[in-house]
Amino acid sequence: MTPIGTPTTARPTRTTEPAPGGFNAERIREDFPVLKLKVNGKPLVYLDNAATAQKPRVVLDALRKFYETECANVHRGLHWMSEEATRDYEESREKVRQFLGAADVKEVIFVRGTTEAINLVAHSFGRPRVRAGDEILITAMEHHSNIVPWQILCEQSGAQLRVAPINDDGELLLDEFEKLLSPRTRLVAVSHVSNALGTVNPVAQIIEMAHRRKVPVLVDGAQAAPHLPVNVRELDCDFYAFSGHKLFGPTGIGVLYGKAQWLEEMPPYQAGGDMIRSVTFEKTTYNSLPYKFEAGTPHIAGVIGLGAAVDYLSRVGLARAAAYERELLEYATERLRRIPDARIIGTAREKAGVLSFVLEGIHPHDVGTILDQEGIAVRAGHHCAMPVMDRFQVPATARASFAFYNTPQEVDALIAGIEKVKEIFS
Amino acid sequence: MSEVRELYQELIIEHSKKPRNFGKLDGADHEATGFNPLCGDKVTVYVKLDGNVVREIRWEGSGCAISSASASLMTERSKSKSLTETDALFQIFHKLVTGGELEEAETAQLGKLAVFSGVKEFPVRVKCATLAWHTLRAALEGTKTVTTD
Ligand SMILES: Cc1ncc(COP(=O)(O)O)c(C=O)c1O
Repeated sequence: MTPIGTPTTARPTRTTEPAPGGFNAERIREDFPVLKLKVNGKPLVYLDNAATAQKPRVVLDALRKFYETECANVHRGLHWMSEEATRDYEESREKVRQFLGAADVKEVIFVRGTTEAINLVAHSFGRPRVRAGDEILITAMEHHSNIVPWQILCEQSGAQLRVAPINDDGELLLDEFEKLLSPRTRLVAVSHVSNALGTVNPVAQIIEMAHRRKVPVLVDGAQAAPHLPVNVRELDCDFYAFSGHKLFGPTGIGVLYGKAQWLEEMPPYQAGGDMIRSVTFEKTTYNSLPYKFEAGTPHIAGVIGLGAAVDYLSRVGLARAAAYERELLEYATERLRRIPDARIIGTAREKAGVLSFVLEGIHPHDVGTILDQEGIAVRAGHHCAMPVMDRFQVPATARASFAFYNTPQEVDALIAGIEKVKEIFS
Repeated sequence: MSEVRELYQELIIEHSKKPRNFGKLDGADHEATGFNPLCGDKVTVYVKLDGNVVREIRWEGSGCAISSASASLMTERSKSKSLTETDALFQIFHKLVTGGELEEAETAQLGKLAVFSGVKEFPVRVKCATLAWHTLRAALEGTKTVTTD
């Protein structure tokens, strides 16, 4: 059996045609060493992919190869290893460009993750142009990292944060959203997929509505990039952010895509080496894109590892994987629905990857602890989305989140685990 | 008994479902609210002192089974106890849930609180078990809010 991750099974990059059936998750699992782990004497059932995804061997190998054979700084050495490292680093940028469908590699900025990407935009795009009385528009289902940077920006500028409401299924109310777009709106910041609810937002429509009023849009793609094919040019978003670690890549690396026209105008986010062209004590000129936004020695290994993850995904075929995940989520939803006293939080028509739920009379943390004893990793908590918890009037939820290496048998294990929770609390 | 059964002993489940001394205490002379940011647990403890003795104690809040049962059992145990006794009991309880060595006399003092012995196998849940106690201490010291961080 040849694991998907080996180059011999390489397929053309990024298929967008409908998924053919017969996705082989068992075979995919072979590519992920950690999935063989036992936890508390039981096979690990990893259902916390929305927090971070596991890494295929090809990513681990890429990290090792960098440190063992070409560990050098980038963009500054004349020696052989530095050239190798620089080449791999920049090749990863090209891979990410293709992955996102961006027009130019200079629109791909490496950052620490989604959080840093959003902060970069709040700082370099927001601060210079947002004034007192202006508005930033977000939605009621955002992750804290797509709320707090805007709150700070609003505090500093005297602008107002507006929040588009959601319905009881966890779907954005598009009409309300549109009404909130005003002549004072300077930016829309919206998640592509909600990490707490799993809702897939109609970002193409949102972007169109905003653009009709000349309002730029940032899309938080942290939960979307691992689950849906994304094309930033088709979406026409102004900014797109995602995290490598949720995309089967290393931690500490992520991407901000920005339209070149904006990035050119924006002042640097951090200052230091690499982001300059020339420095005297009187005047500094900045480097060109994308380097203007990559001050200091970057996470070189992380970038190279992310490139390997993107390669891996294109071999797996994200569209096929997405179709498989959709079936898995439907199966899990169907089974959970049949458990009395289970309430699913987030029942949008369009969902990806996430099954958030509460059990009547049982706190999600107790659910999490008992499932953990069964080797099942879920997240219990507010998922960095406290306003979502308030909206649904729950203190927290338990959340199972899926990746394409999860199987129906793992869903069965989850359901059996939930039955056990209920038994303990009966 | 499996570790998880050890943690969720019947008495804990029972107290979490039917908490004792639950609800606001009118005329409390000491009160504080404690938060456990990890779980989102929230516990408010109300105390009426009579000199150095806890005359009445009630609590309200929401949280996981461990934190609710702990608050419930704590209020049961600290009623009519002196402040020194309450404090000593907290210290023993803390040792119990963090896996410290208990002397025989200490074990004897625990009484029903011994049902929390399973917590020591679950380090992330220690804060759930101690939240109510920290909050009681804060109330008595006159601090209004505490967190387990
Ligand atoms: C929707 C969403 N946005 C932003 C983030 C923040 O990502 P990171 O912590 O990788 O910066 C997350 C991660 O949980 C997320 O799910």
